[in-house]
Amino acid sequence: MSTVGVVLVSHSAEVAQSVARLAQGLAGAGATARVAAAGGTAGGELGTSSELILAAAREVDQGAGVALLVDLGSAVLTVKALLEDEELPAGSRLVDAPFVEGAVAAVVTASTGADLDAVVAAAGEAYAYRKV
Amino acid sequence: MGALTVRDTQFFRRWMAAAADVVRREAARLTELDSPIGDADHGSNLLRGFTAVESALASEPPATPGALLQLTGRTLISTVGGASGPLYGTLFRRAGKELGEAAEVSDEQLRAALQVGVDAVAQLGGAAPGDKTMLDALLPGVAALATSYRAAADAAEQGALATVPMQARKGRASYLGERSIGHQDPGATSSALLLGALADAAGEGS
Repeated sequence: MSTVGVVLVSHSAEVAQSVARLAQGLAGAGATARVAAAGGTAGGELGTSSELILAAAREVDQGAGVALLVDLGSAVLTVKALLEDEELPAGSRLVDAPFVEGAVAAVVTASTGADLDAVVAAAGEAYAYRKV
Repeated sequence: MGALTVRDTQFFRRWMAAAADVVRREAARLTELDSPIGDADHGSNLLRGFTAVESALASEPPATPGALLQLTGRTLISTVGGASGPLYGTLFRRAGKELGEAAEVSDEQLRAALQVGVDAVAQLGGAAPGDKTMLDALLPGVAALATSYRAAADAAEQGALATVPMQARKGRASYLGERSIGHQDPGATSSALLLGALADAAGEGS
């Protein structure tokens, strides 16, 4: 079964990788969705790399769509620019969601075989969960 | 602007060479401006970007002004590493697309293309005039292109200076609230430098 892929774009390589592990861990042993981290610049510094984002998206793309979650600033703008230029795989979408909670929701939902709309909606709903 | 002047690919090559030169000269100042209100990387980011643009234009020389601007934009998006990458990348790429495949373009066509590019930057970043961003230099600069390249550079420079008393409403500087007041915006400053480089390429240097 092809599932929606999830790409996590952060200014920090460590943050992107850790959130990927966290989301896969919380999604449980049955989590089958592909997740890839695209953190920091190609040179290993804080920032955003379009190359790393494109590579991560191609890595997780199985033809069912790719949900991209981002932290802030250049991560948001770079993904938007890549989408406008149609450089990302067909069916790629920037998700408006909190990074950590959205990543967990996206991976859990994608692992059920849900389609891209459902994955994006689940990640976005994480905004509605109030903590106090 | 001379209505009969046409601008060939060589003109745009001069613009990007002048842009790379001025970024090299001013990188330290741009990073310094980015220190109190940003993450102190604007100069080094643009230096990496425009150095890569120089290499790209040398290794695969574009045949038309439109292709040159599009290659410039793609290179900036992939090499800058900060928010200015996708923003300037979008400016040049959209302007380049607007110029199509013409071998030469008029000053009016270039003005209209840059206006499309600046509008795309505004849409991508979601900023408005007065938000203390590169738009505060780009919008008055491109508006003054109808007069001359020199007028555009001067208007952009005035626009950059006018960001000093503004409170930032976009990007990392906006987290500082009122503490962002009193600093010149690094993005508006680099925008003025890029329009200054355009005036240099047109032989209208200061």
